[in-house]
Amino acid sequence: MDEIFDTIIIGAGAAGLTAGIYTSRAKLSTLILNEGAIGGQMVFTEEIANYPGVATTKGYILANTMKVQAKSFGCKIKSNIKITKYSFNEKVKVVELEDGRIFKSKSVVLTPGGRPRSLNIEGEEQFKGKGISYCATCDGDFFTGKEVVVVGGGNSALEEAVALTTYATKVTIVHQFDHFQAFEHAIQEAQKNPKIEFIMESELRGFYGTDQLEKVSIEHLPTGKTVEFKTDGTFIFVGYQPNTESIKGLVELNERNEIIVDGDKKTNIDGVFAAGDCIVKKYRQVTTAVADGTIAALSVSEYLRN
Amino acid sequence: MKMLQTVVHEIETAAELEKMIAENENVMVCAGRMGPMCIPVYDAMEELEEERTNIKFASMAFDTPEAGIIRNAPECRGFMGLPFTMFYKNGKVAQATTSILNMQQITSILDTHF
Repeated sequence: MDEIFDTIIIGAGAAGLTAGIYTSRAKLSTLILNEGAIGGQMVFTEEIANYPGVATTKGYILANTMKVQAKSFGCKIKSNIKITKYSFNEKVKVVELEDGRIFKSKSVVLTPGGRPRSLNIEGEEQFKGKGISYCATCDGDFFTGKEVVVVGGGNSALEEAVALTTYATKVTIVHQFDHFQAFEHAIQEAQKNPKIEFIMESELRGFYGTDQLEKVSIEHLPTGKTVEFKTDGTFIFVGYQPNTESIKGLVELNERNEIIVDGDKKTNIDGVFAAGDCIVKKYRQVTTAVADGTIAALSVSEYLRN
Repeated sequence: MKMLQTVVHEIETAAELEKMIAENENVMVCAGRMGPMCIPVYDAMEELEEERTNIKFASMAFDTPEAGIIRNAPECRGFMGLPFTMFYKNGKVAQATTSILNMQQITSILDTHF
């Protein structure tokens, strides 16, 4: 490939698509390379009701609109690819794919996003889809009339636990601390729901069953005592982790593997910017990703002008 | 009536699925909704459709009565995660999977059976 793009954006979530919209609209030749599904974490959100200017929408619809918008300005998008190598240190940045294709650019915007954390304990892979789920809105109705466990203590865990009471007869929330990290209104909603019970200061240690999940083991952290707990299903909502494994050592990361950027979304490497859920920040929302993507794109424009 | 917003051909009836399986050696059908576990599978199928011309790709709306042909298939017993994805070889189920699949997992199954 002889073409040198003005910018290559790695990732097509809210931050990446927004950056793509801005750079391509600014007439910068733009290529988005995306390893996962277009839309990133947006498509994991059933309903988005706090995106300003849009009364309510579904995550996949918002993601698709952003994709169409970026393409309408000439942005090229290649998804479901596997990146094997990055070279960022020279003026011309190089990205190599598993299938041998090589893409070059004058700048790079890293927006690899994040993914739901898994527990990485015994039986988790074995019972995925056979009792273990990461999406209540997708799989909740399979648990109608059954008892389920929800793991986590943030907004997602508590809100999804309440949503699951529409189907399940009993929802047991297992959380590692003695308090929740969720917003107060989410905590109150869960606490006043008669179908929800709580097991605090505890962690899951394993999933067991034959063809389907039948029980989990739960350790009470202060005492170290482990008990078996019968359940028909387990929903895991223990936060997100940044997809930065493949760029470790190329740009500066913090101890949580988040990319360190300045206010203009510049990394420590000249011409390399980062935005969205992968960077160091406290709040991860579609709106904050969109804002990050905007800033990164404008910084790219300024970098290329200079 | 089509219910899925995907460019992958949507099968609307059990009869149509049976016809597709009977007339094609290799068929992959993803029965799901427009949700986060299903959309990545449709996206991957959309891209694979261009390069794997020996395979028929199709989607099916999980909640329709007609999709009972997949929901109630013996190979899907115990499945509790969307989507249910079926891989048919010479009219028979070669493999059935539950929950999300990434591109690598799909191509691995396709390479194994097709």
